[in-house]
Amino acid sequence: MEIFRVLKPGPQTQIQDLGRYGYLQYGVPPCGVLDQYSSRVANLLAGNSGNEALLEITFQGPRLEVLGRAILAITGADMEVTLNGDACPLWASFPVKPGDILNIGQAKRGLRAYLAVTGGIDVPLIMGSRSTYSAAGFGGYQGRALATGDILACGEGAEGKAGISCPAEFIPPLTSETVLRAIPGPQDYMFEEGLANFFGSTYEVTPYSNRMGYRLEGLAITLGSGRPQSIISEPSLPGGVQVPADGKPIILLLEQTTGGYAKIATVISTDICRVAQARPGDRIIFARISLEEAHVLFLEREARLQKLAGQLRKIA
Amino acid sequence: MGMYDKPLFRLLGDRGLLVEYGDVIDPLINDRVRRLGLALEKTPPRGLTEYVGTYCSMIIIYDPGLTSVTMLKQAVRELEENLHAMEAPEPAVIRIPVCYGGEYGPDMGYVAEYNSLGTDEVIRLHSEPLYRIYMLGFTPGYPYLGGLPEQLHTPRLPTPRTLVPAGSVGIANAQTGIYSIASPGGWRLIGRTPVKLFSARRERPILLQTGDFLKFYPISPSEFRDMAQKEEG
Repeated sequence: MEIFRVLKPGPQTQIQDLGRYGYLQYGVPPCGVLDQYSSRVANLLAGNSGNEALLEITFQGPRLEVLGRAILAITGADMEVTLNGDACPLWASFPVKPGDILNIGQAKRGLRAYLAVTGGIDVPLIMGSRSTYSAAGFGGYQGRALATGDILACGEGAEGKAGISCPAEFIPPLTSETVLRAIPGPQDYMFEEGLANFFGSTYEVTPYSNRMGYRLEGLAITLGSGRPQSIISEPSLPGGVQVPADGKPIILLLEQTTGGYAKIATVISTDICRVAQARPGDRIIFARISLEEAHVLFLEREARLQKLAGQLRKIA
Repeated sequence: MGMYDKPLFRLLGDRGLLVEYGDVIDPLINDRVRRLGLALEKTPPRGLTEYVGTYCSMIIIYDPGLTSVTMLKQAVRELEENLHAMEAPEPAVIRIPVCYGGEYGPDMGYVAEYNSLGTDEVIRLHSEPLYRIYMLGFTPGYPYLGGLPEQLHTPRLPTPRTLVPAGSVGIANAQTGIYSIASPGGWRLIGRTPVKLFSARRERPILLQTGDFLKFYPISPSEFRDMAQKEEG
């Protein structure tokens, strides 16, 4: 069923799901939503299971003409959303009908919002995923961000319900200072006192930040004496923090496959969604954490989403 | 320096485990990585999400809800014990046609002159070796190759091109490679292949496989056009 005509796309509105797995050995990065927590909640509110494709909206939202009857939900960054000019709630489901105009404004806090529709956005599955990989030109809507005039369809058969709100305790706060928990390694042994400096200082997000990686400004990290500037190229995983020759850390994200600089630490998977909401000028502090603590946080996050899904099912 | 007696384990955050076999580019180290990959494919440990072979190490990505690093290390050690006895299939040799020079290889003249060689010598030297595919990455299906003859080592362009066509074959210092998709790049381009290393909608999207070998062979511009047409068809 056709659901949206794009009247204005916004600077970077892409179709994503939870990612493409099993192809990293062939040089295909996972892609997928940067803020998995917000996107999974958006899908739950829209009556979906969680991995349906949705719109990832960065900084400024699109203006969409609605073409079909559906239930929508928007989560993530704090953007001003109107339906036919009237304010629309975030973190809640609402109905739309043909002819409606949905307008999503600029992010006041946070950076990325997620728009889910009951049944999910319907684009072809490529290598097991609907995620856009724009650098290689495939996935999502014709392998690119949305443009004016694009017409999007949604899956049919699913049932959503309007007026379902996410309980406040499940909505993460959006702040201009973000603590990212990170595990030292894989090349932490190359850094000596650089490791203490990395965990002890505050960094600032630069405008050179996107789905490939976030470049940070702040105290330069130096390698231990006699260590080479680069390592033999190896695949990088989301959250890896590489230190290039200028010593300014880069958080690698979902569209990076290989890198040749030493990685001092890796941001835990639970905190990638915090990176997704950090915007240029925001401050970042890295906090050292053990593997065991990280796994506890991962399991707590999953349990939390399970609990929310259960609560929402009861309301619906 | 070189191959370690026992693999080193390193943490890649809370989802990844790196199994490192050495710290230099070496066919023997890469062969151990390849064998572990074959073993993981045959007997995947519980909770394995995916794995990636690199020059010197294997990256194992796991689901912390299903396994732990302790269990994965144990599983790798058990697989390791049988690696030597394991019958690994012979690596395949993938033959890649290249139309050298001319419009497809705009830097051929520079590479020949830099190395004081004739164009025909550059073609002969480049298409002679069996190149090991150490790793895939950078862009989908892009091979990191080892074995470029020293007589062909040539520095990168001072300013990268904004767009290099897919299939372009280039040299950057001691490396040679093929652009798998159109992308910006600073390698010296000596030719182009009509073969698509990556095609998202093909049944096997990626043509090459880590651990296999690659051999270039020269073709004429008219052969290039015929093959390119067949690839499109």
